[in-house]
Amino acid sequence: MSAGQGLSEAKKGLLLAAPPGLYAILLLAVPLGAVLLLSFWSQDFLTLDRTFTLKNYREAFSEPLYMLLLGRSLLISGAVTLVTVLLAFPIAYFVSFHVRPERKSLWIFLITIPFWTSYLIRVFLWKVILGYNGVLNTALLGVGFIDEPLTFILYNANAVVITLAHAFAPFAILPIFVALEKIDRSLLEASRDLGEGTVRTFTRVTLPLAMPGVVAAILIVFIPTIGDYVTPDLVGGPNGLMIANMIQTQFLKLNNAPMGAALAVIAMVSVSVISLLIVLVTMRWSRRGA
Amino acid sequence: MSGWLSKRGGWLGVYAVVYLVFLYAPIFLLPTFAFNDSTVIAFPLQGFTTEWFSGLSGVPALTGAVKTSLLIAVTSALLATTLGLCAARAGVRYRFPGKGPIMGLIMVPLVLPEIIVGVSLLVVIVSILGLPLSSWTVILGHTLICTPFAVAILNASYQSLDTSLEEAAIDLGETPVSTFRLITLPLIMPGIIASLLISFTISLDEFIIAFFLTGAEPTLPVYIWSQLRFPQKLPIVMALGTILVAASIVMLTLAEIMRRRGLKKAGKKDTGGFL
Amino acid sequence: MKPLITLSGLHKSFGDVEVLKGIEAEIGEGEFFSLLGPSGCGKTTLLRIIAGFETPTSGVLSIDGRDMSTVPANKRPTNMVFQSYAVFPHLSVAQNVGFGLRRSELSKVEKAKKIEEALGMVGLAGLGGRAAHALSGGQRQRVALARALILEPKVLLLDEPLSALDKKLREQMQSELRRLQRQVGITFILVTHDQEEALIMSDRIAVMFDGQIAQLAPPQELYRRPVSRRVGDFIGVMNFLPAEARLEEGRDIAVEIAGLGRTVLEQEQCPAGFVNGRGAVGVRPESLSVLFDGEQARGEVAEGEVAEVIYYGDMTYYEIALPGAPERLTVSMKNRAGRPVLERGAAARLEWDASSLIYFPS
Ligand SMILES: Nc1ncnc2c1ncn2[C@@H]1O[C@H](COP(=O)(O)OP(=O)(O)O)[C@@H](O)[C@H]1O
Ligand SMILES: [Mg+2]
Repeated sequence: MSAGQGLSEAKKGLLLAAPPGLYAILLLAVPLGAVLLLSFWSQDFLTLDRTFTLKNYREAFSEPLYMLLLGRSLLISGAVTLVTVLLAFPIAYFVSFHVRPERKSLWIFLITIPFWTSYLIRVFLWKVILGYNGVLNTALLGVGFIDEPLTFILYNANAVVITLAHAFAPFAILPIFVALEKIDRSLLEASRDLGEGTVRTFTRVTLPLAMPGVVAAILIVFIPTIGDYVTPDLVGGPNGLMIANMIQTQFLKLNNAPMGAALAVIAMVSVSVISLLIVLVTMRWSRRGA
Repeated sequence: MSGWLSKRGGWLGVYAVVYLVFLYAPIFLLPTFAFNDSTVIAFPLQGFTTEWFSGLSGVPALTGAVKTSLLIAVTSALLATTLGLCAARAGVRYRFPGKGPIMGLIMVPLVLPEIIVGVSLLVVIVSILGLPLSSWTVILGHTLICTPFAVAILNASYQSLDTSLEEAAIDLGETPVSTFRLITLPLIMPGIIASLLISFTISLDEFIIAFFLTGAEPTLPVYIWSQLRFPQKLPIVMALGTILVAASIVMLTLAEIMRRRGLKKAGKKDTGGFL
Repeated sequence: MKPLITLSGLHKSFGDVEVLKGIEAEIGEGEFFSLLGPSGCGKTTLLRIIAGFETPTSGVLSIDGRDMSTVPANKRPTNMVFQSYAVFPHLSVAQNVGFGLRRSELSKVEKAKKIEEALGMVGLAGLGGRAAHALSGGQRQRVALARALILEPKVLLLDEPLSALDKKLREQMQSELRRLQRQVGITFILVTHDQEEALIMSDRIAVMFDGQIAQLAPPQELYRRPVSRRVGDFIGVMNFLPAEARLEEGRDIAVEIAGLGRTVLEQEQCPAGFVNGRGAVGVRPESLSVLFDGEQARGEVAEGEVAEVIYYGDMTYYEIALPGAPERLTVSMKNRAGRPVLERGAAARLEWDASSLIYFPS
């Protein structure tokens, strides 16, 4: 029914899109605007001072702790993204190119299942795995690989990276897989036919064509990880805490919502700017390649 | 062995298996400790017990949290799937002004950090509207983050539904409403069920938003979070986690079966998983 | 012919793109009518306007004397066979065929009887219990037909119903559709891009280009008297040679044709009208022939050379290069017993007849 009698196509479409659209406007766009607004207000003990002020931002940029947390968050998120995407690409490649077509959806299903299970419990289990008396240490001690338990894998940034790389694995694999699936296989045969070897075919044909998927994977991992506070809290130790922990503390413990809002705005703006840069750089890169 | 290797992508295949082990390691450890007869979550194992599972029933706070979570998950799943149906139909079938931005906004929660969703709703509800937090505020947040998943699943359903099927029903004398009931609904039902199951699972497991928006009655993940602070409670948490993960896997498997059935019904070939 | 459907001044635009540019036609009761044209010319859009799935931007459509502008698709006396057949995959064959009877007053038994009749009519008797998704393409086609015909519409609309079938099945369905139309006696409107199919099946054909009807005529007239070079070229094969024409003594037309020379044409040989000056002459391959050794010429003869030979078994197509003609002429010859096939490069005597020429002014 692209169009029939009565309402025009545009009206029908708008009418249908209205409920989810309004919901997203009222519960997403408006609240995000409210956070922005709140970040320019200030908290005076129990009362909210609604006069416009840059005080929160001034404090955020002058207080070393905030900047340290932000910098560390961006670094950790960046590392998580790098590790996750690097580990994910071969899997996506394997499923797309080496798994029989009728088995592909089973593999994708297997890869996505862990992602759907309780996040909180998964993070906690990494603490169990990586701990001083943890699974990894006991196993390595047991086989005589090490003499005393490793300590650099828990309660620091390494643990955060490992845990988040695990949590976001499917998010990285799926877009790359989709991009690889879209590649016309005859293009690869053509490249081989034109005299390129396996490796050169990969770097000159497969990789550039998979780039949109890789960029999507980078963004879909990088942006949400900045907002995680459960993982740093459980496995990060004092040196693994991130900006989201501070935002959470400002809102729920210190009762300074305007400061929390300002930190949230700063975090989101930083992430958006970096994401934009990533997109621009890869666009440049792939255009030059083409 | 070497034949198997070369056929399945060689070392890439080995890597894939190692990767799967990495993905599943925590999930396999969960039941291991849930049935382990020790209050310490560490190796070596001490022996088999079901004590932690039977301990679950005797905690009233837990029962309350389960009830709260189920209520929130069911309501969020229904709301998100309803909104997802509208959005998917509008997106697949119609062209209208502002389509790109509207659809984009609906899908934004997919990449937005959950803490931002939690914080922004908290600001509006508490700081600006001055309303109390309750299960309903969690439902609002969960519906928001489940809707993009519902849209993605139902988009696929609508895309594999030939437009001329609905036109044929109209042509044979049915009204738009009866066409939806007789043709559209049965054919996208697998997608609807998959969307309900996925949304339910997301809501049931979601912690960050729930932590910000929950009222006097904590959800199950919020309750678990509070228990993680007490070492002696950990085995019970492991048992609870085992049940949760098993439930998630069952529901996901059902959702996947539904998705495949939907493809088969529409006579389409399978091309991959959700999303 | 009693007109059943009247299309007057129909325009349709999608956004800025005008897809139909003023369609005028009358379609008769009980007529097998075809909309023929290249892909993208607006055939489907016109059919969907008749069915009620699209609203014309301007113009009037009336069926049986009734203006259809306020009648929704589900209330129109038309039924459609969709290009994809649109057989409901979750229903059985019988449920599909009986789908439109849901709102009728008939009893269960009467409905079942009607369904069985309809199935018999399309050659699917006894298959009512089959699941629709287990059917072959040809069977689905028949289900779609039965499902539309069971409602006894005044008009059956068919959008390229045969294009998805393989050649054998398509030919079989063509004659079956024609038989079915005679049997039920209702108006069929067929959309097709296959000129052969349109010629075989139709009482009348509307040839469409770019949202306009270029010519509306019965098959023979369309083939013999195309009103433009484009129509002539689209229907079958037509050779074109540049020509210069001049009206002589009020009736006959003298033409000078490149490669064939001077001749005189009658005015009916100018279906596109006539103006003094440059134009082109069109001639069908079967109106030309190649003379073999010893054969007597009955018409006029032009001397040339065989430039290409394409052997089809029952026929041979020759491309003949004539001195003075800018393009080769295609000639089709039946391969009778004892008739040789000329070699490429051989000298050829081309026989032609002025009465089989059509003149198009440019
Ligand atoms: N719903 C639509 N929106 C925009 N353009 C359309 C739509 N339907 C058809 N068109 C355009 O109208 C033109 C005619 O289409 P159609 O009637 O399907 O042609 P045909 O059936 O002769 O191949 C095409 O260029 C097509 O792209
Ligand atoms: Mg068409």
